[in-house]
Amino acid sequence: MNKFKHSTEVGTFNRRHFLQGVLGGSGLAVISPASLQASSDIQSYAEVPSVLVDLTRCIGCRACMRACKDANDLPNDTDLSEGFPGSWQHEELRFDQWTVVNPETGCDGEGREITRNVKKQCMQCLEPTCVSVCPVGALTKSELGPILYNADRCIGCRYCVMACPFDIPKFEWSSGMSPVIGKCQMCTRKRLSQGLMPACVEACPTGALKFGLRKDMLFEAQTRIKTSNDRYVDHIYGEKEAGGTAWLYLSDAPFENLGFKSDVDVAPMPVLTWDVLSKIPVVAAAMAGLFGTVAWSLNRGEDDE
Amino acid sequence: MIGWTFIIVCVAILVWAAINVSYDKRPRLLRPLVVLTVLLIWAAALWTLIRRFTEGLGAVTGMNDAAPWGLWIGTDVFAGVALAAGGFVIAATVHIFKIERFKPILRPTVLTAFLGYVLVAIALFIDIGRPLSWWHPLVMWQHHSIMFEVTWCVILYSTVLAIEVSPVVLERLGLTKLLRLVKITTIPVVIAGVILSTMHQSSLGSLYLIVPGKLYPLWYSPLLPAFFLISAVAAGMCVVIVESFFSAKLLKHGLEDSLMADLGRAASIILFLYLIIKFADVTARDAWGFVLERRFQGGLFLLEMVGGVAIPAILLSFRKFRNLQRGLVAASMLVMAGVVLNRMNVSWFGMAVHDQLNYIPTWMEIALSLGFVAAGTFLFFLAVHFLPVLPSTKVESPLETTNESGAVNR
Repeated sequence: MNKFKHSTEVGTFNRRHFLQGVLGGSGLAVISPASLQASSDIQSYAEVPSVLVDLTRCIGCRACMRACKDANDLPNDTDLSEGFPGSWQHEELRFDQWTVVNPETGCDGEGREITRNVKKQCMQCLEPTCVSVCPVGALTKSELGPILYNADRCIGCRYCVMACPFDIPKFEWSSGMSPVIGKCQMCTRKRLSQGLMPACVEACPTGALKFGLRKDMLFEAQTRIKTSNDRYVDHIYGEKEAGGTAWLYLSDAPFENLGFKSDVDVAPMPVLTWDVLSKIPVVAAAMAGLFGTVAWSLNRGEDDE
Repeated sequence: MIGWTFIIVCVAILVWAAINVSYDKRPRLLRPLVVLTVLLIWAAALWTLIRRFTEGLGAVTGMNDAAPWGLWIGTDVFAGVALAAGGFVIAATVHIFKIERFKPILRPTVLTAFLGYVLVAIALFIDIGRPLSWWHPLVMWQHHSIMFEVTWCVILYSTVLAIEVSPVVLERLGLTKLLRLVKITTIPVVIAGVILSTMHQSSLGSLYLIVPGKLYPLWYSPLLPAFFLISAVAAGMCVVIVESFFSAKLLKHGLEDSLMADLGRAASIILFLYLIIKFADVTARDAWGFVLERRFQGGLFLLEMVGGVAIPAILLSFRKFRNLQRGLVAASMLVMAGVVLNRMNVSWFGMAVHDQLNYIPTWMEIALSLGFVAAGTFLFFLAVHFLPVLPSTKVESPLETTNESGAVNR
């Protein structure tokens, strides 16, 4: 299983290895509710395409933001010709802006104030909350791993926006009848399935973004932590958050100081509602039996009224 | 600013009218003023609707990506469904538990619930971003979603309510064969209604089980579904009391005082149960400290628990108090307000990040919500006027539901 062996070098991603490895010749079956519960064994989580973000290597050039918009046909309205990294205005995720890079200032482990450029996009949870809450299966986990959105199914209820532990999906508030949800889909349809790496990773000039299998990215991250003489904090953000995500972050300052959500549970979220939902058939049947019996016994002898 | 002034004036007029009615006063201005106010509210609501469907939810509501659910979901739908819970409670009381004393209030209660659910369905249609796709959950199943379950339950229960309310129309039209058919199905239909109600009333609370990191710990609890269900049952009963009171005043028919007092007593018991579970829950989760940690949310929590639950529960537990008509109604209104506040706390104030509200509704959102309440009330009185809903409207065929009227027709 060395499908991403060559791909971990920026720009030399090998399409043939990717297709042979991940798809195993089975073809690409992407969005069907049947694949909603993609096999949840640990092995498959180790094999999903993943990106390692090293905050210490990011220079905030926003090349990834522009590449993202080009690759996904999103309006490219952020003017970066004036100014320099760090001087640009703060950008937020929007339904038509799926990744942003912003300088975040916070204290590092020793209390010194430092600024790091933080890239934000969908974390691609291994057990995605948004997929579990969507009432119509408009959000699905593709067989490759990333979570895809299908506007044709969406009813616009915005439960995904409300439920996402990382506050990622965004809604198109300005459309009257056919707004969409927007979020990073890791270029699955246009690039991953063609054996290409996500556009943002390809565009990154410094190697702050590194693409590969999740197990390899985890190994890479652990290696960097171990061999760096305590440069990094000993925490890979995304390794365990919300049950684990395909995007992994390395930092030299505690993540919560750089605006990362620190209150995300380690346990996968979908369990929280499934625990209740899965009991409903039993409860309903019990109630039917109970009330049926009561009604039957109390109503006996009234039929001949 | 003009919009907000308009809303405040409208609410003031309606409150003034309600107070007058409850004290049997009828100033000459009352009727024309109320009619004018309601018409203006509907005009504003229509304006809101047109803009919502052309310019999008962002143009008329205060909702945003940090607060994707606003007043229409958090209050109109959540509180609306809770307040309409009287329908299944009274139907079960009469048809399953055979406590037939409550029969006289069965029809108006079921009618109220039916109208409530129709309005909730319309509110949902307006609030979902892609209204023309409203039917998708019916064919595109995703049974891991609470929202999917709620959608199904609400649609099915609205059907149940339509069947339960149908004898009123069938009687009026004299369709005896259909009436007999409906009569045969009454008990299974009522049982289905109770199950569906239990499921979706609690599931509205379950919607928030997925946000442990976002909902303030005073409200986030694994018992959210139970709290939503229990509070809805109590509030549903209190709605019956308040509604019976006002319809008796306006339509000048008698009020079943002893029935109302019994309902008040039942509500009191349920509220005490709610208080005990709530107390145990907050204690078990060691969450009392959160009352002081953020004063805004802590204060709202205390207001809800004391003003909306404890005080009415205590008042309603005294027989002497229950027998005071206006006292009973006032306490019931407190319970209703408590449930509305609870739903707002869960969906709005409790979801705020760090003392800072993510969302302030616009006056247009409130105008549409008021429009719904006005429409519901209007439709209720319209139905009562033209259909045999209230026992006292027809003297010669007294007090029946389907059962006896079928017999009478025979």
